[in-house]
Amino acid sequence: MIAIQGPPLDAAALLADFGAQAAGAGAIASFTGLVRRENDGATVSDLELDHHPRLTEKAVAAIGADARARFGLIDVAIVHRHGRLLPGEAIVFVAAAAPHRRAAFDAVDYVMDRLKTEAPFWKRERRSDGAFWLEARDSDHAARRRWEA
Amino acid sequence: MRILFFGRLRDVAPVGPVPADVRDTGALRAWLGGRCPELLDPSIRVVVNDEIIPGDRPLDNDDEVAFLPAMSGG
Repeated sequence: MIAIQGPPLDAAALLADFGAQAAGAGAIASFTGLVRRENDGATVSDLELDHHPRLTEKAVAAIGADARARFGLIDVAIVHRHGRLLPGEAIVFVAAAAPHRRAAFDAVDYVMDRLKTEAPFWKRERRSDGAFWLEARDSDHAARRRWEA
Repeated sequence: MRILFFGRLRDVAPVGPVPADVRDTGALRAWLGGRCPELLDPSIRVVVNDEIIPGDRPLDNDDEVAFLPAMSGG
């Protein structure tokens, strides 16, 4: 399942559905990313997530397909929010079903590293000290490069 | 021609009709960059009709051109 959607993103319900459909899996790993309450010592009031109406879905689907092939997954889910989000709300849900645990763990990690650096999303954080567009950090790019070997 | 800006470019992008002699992505970028130097940043990707264009490409009136700054999902 690949989806770019508005609210709500209910990670627990998505994981339950994903598990029910992942016939034959020996392992399911999942990750849920949340809007942080504080960043750089400032209080976050909300996050605006801009995206491209068609390109974003295409790019996310390609990342899912790459993960499926690379790790021999039985299934993969990537559900990403757009629009305005409040602290504590889920931004992204990723799940991978595989015959064994290592592939499931690695696939989720891989998908997140690619989403952080390549997926056409743009985040503006509104905080107690102003509004800021966030970009991938050096550590995000370094994490992405781990998969190039 | 439809021109879209995303992320931080939405805040700074110029508006107004594109001159008739702007007929490719390079000329469009140069024309827009004259009004908003931020658009000349080489890290900004140019997308025509949902395809990332690494070099230069001719433009028609019914093309949609999007300018994408550095991305960050997740």
